[in-house]
Amino acid sequence: MSRRHRVSLALAAGFLALLYAAAFGAGFLAPYGFDEQDREHSYAPPVRLRFRDGAGRLHLRPFIHRWVERPGVPGVYAEDVTRAFPVRFFVRTPLGRPRLFGVDAPARLYLLGTDRFGRDQLSRLLYGARISLFSGLLAAILAVGLGLLAGAAAGFRGGWLDQVLMRTSELFLALPWLYLLLAVRAVLPLDLAPSGSFLLLVAVLGAVGWARPARLVRGAVLSARGRDYVLAAQGFGASELYVLRRHVLPQAVGVALTQLALLVPQYVLAEVALSFLGLGVAEPVPSWGTMLAELERYEVLTSYRWLLWPAVLLTGVVLSYHTLAEHIRERLQAGEV
Amino acid sequence: MRYAAARLGYGFLLLAGVSILSFLLADLSPGDAAAEMRLNPRISPGAVAALRVRYGLDRPLPVRYVRWLRSVASGELGWSVAYGAPVGPLLWRRAGNTLVLAVTAMALAWLVAVPAGVWAAARQGSWVDRLGLAASAVLLAVSELVLALLGLAVAARTGLLPAGGMASLDYDALGGWERARDLAAHLALPAVVLALSAFPVVLRHVRAAVAEALESPFVQAARGHGIPRRRLLWRHALPAAAKPLVSLLGLSIAGLLSGSVLVEVVLSWPGLGPLLLQAILARDLHVVVGAILLSSVFLVLGNLVADLLLYWVDPRVRGA
Repeated sequence: MSRRHRVSLALAAGFLALLYAAAFGAGFLAPYGFDEQDREHSYAPPVRLRFRDGAGRLHLRPFIHRWVERPGVPGVYAEDVTRAFPVRFFVRTPLGRPRLFGVDAPARLYLLGTDRFGRDQLSRLLYGARISLFSGLLAAILAVGLGLLAGAAAGFRGGWLDQVLMRTSELFLALPWLYLLLAVRAVLPLDLAPSGSFLLLVAVLGAVGWARPARLVRGAVLSARGRDYVLAAQGFGASELYVLRRHVLPQAVGVALTQLALLVPQYVLAEVALSFLGLGVAEPVPSWGTMLAELERYEVLTSYRWLLWPAVLLTGVVLSYHTLAEHIRERLQAGEV
Repeated sequence: MRYAAARLGYGFLLLAGVSILSFLLADLSPGDAAAEMRLNPRISPGAVAALRVRYGLDRPLPVRYVRWLRSVASGELGWSVAYGAPVGPLLWRRAGNTLVLAVTAMALAWLVAVPAGVWAAARQGSWVDRLGLAASAVLLAVSELVLALLGLAVAARTGLLPAGGMASLDYDALGGWERARDLAAHLALPAVVLALSAFPVVLRHVRAAVAEALESPFVQAARGHGIPRRRLLWRHALPAAAKPLVSLLGLSIAGLLSGSVLVEVVLSWPGLGPLLLQAILARDLHVVVGAILLSSVFLVLGNLVADLLLYWVDPRVRGA
């Protein structure tokens, strides 16, 4: 493996690990709740972290000034330089929940600005990552798991089961994925509690995506089944289950892994697309898709650039997963896994 | 000829399966348009029941499916409860728009990606090639949704292109030539966005396929005979690489249609995507089934065209 390869792999894996950890720890890392509104700071830009005060003195601890609306100009903010609010670590919210960092009231620490309702973008981004990243991961695991089962059954059993499974998978592949997704989503209730809609998303995505992995796994199983050592094992009286577990499935695992690395980003995108279209999780629970949906109004899109962060992170996530998938494929080809 | 007939027959079987699948799915869905009405206290239960009878919602599933099939045969594709009209005419118009968008985007993407891919394959490992690969990897990671939003931002900022819709307000008053120009101006943004999303996939496949063909013995031999590089690339390597590319042409339609849903919604292009979305939200099931069936028709047709193209391009398929 060349050095450039190693660096790109480390970058991709590191970025993903960081993001997943941040999403997991959103309750502690995010300075505010995802639905805490601040009506006086609608579309406030990111605060500026400052180290040098008005008198030119340098501070080790960064501080911020509060945004106040310019009198007579709604929606335009200026810093109120008369008071400084130092950034504090390990603070407690008014309700007593511990948070990694924050500032004293009445100032608020909007590191990435706010949305229409004055909700902190950073907090929503972190809580949204929970939905977007984990639904993609879980759904991909579900889809590949189903594909592994169906593919192994079809390839190993053959006969009518093979026929039925493969013809069904062709039906699923005869539809563009987003149309298929929308079709399945159309079947299900529209208004759900957030936790329900999260599980629903996972189930829908998983149910839709089994066809391709199943076909690939079936191919791998078929090629493994014809190998001499498998025939030999069968000749020695090995049970079907033993052969499947010991000789056939290990062949299929590589295929399944590559599929997993390719499916996760696709499913993260699918969740974002569904939520963007209003068919995923509903407000006030954030997903990167519902956050991006605000940008559909172009005056918002052109005026408040900090709302584009979900798009940036989304691209980074997909790029990282593609890099991972590329590495897994290369290793498989080199026969290292 | 037998090859074409077999592919065609297979396509029809597939569509029949998709129609049953989508009809079943739609039927499983909780509530129908009449159920929504039941919540309205001003509509009596008797009126709702009468509506259900009128739309045939009280019949058993197979009966409804056959009735629906009959209306498909007549081109109506069922009845839209939300629009109070047959689904067919609604769909044709929207499907035409989606097709215009998708075909334009596909043509754009392929016209740029094929020369670029051949060019990159001829210069493997050079800094241009590596830069192209890196750029296409990044572009590959940008979702159509994000691309469409960026396109919208650019259009809104610069004002060079109309930022949505398919026609200007005064479209009806325009002459033939001006109409075409108006349409082209509106088409440009969504088509470019969609083409950008399809571009990196095509580029990478062309590059890989041509690179593989360049390695093959007959190209090496041709090079040994002193055939000029340009001719070697375009007359020898590219046709030999055509097989996977033609298959990709058929396969990429699926991605293009999926992507176009998002692009259409963001850039308000009146295609199938927005219609399908509205129909889902309104529980207008026949429209949902119709739109899904049409998307599958496009896909099957696209693959059929690719198969036929392959037959024409590749003598090995003809021999088999």
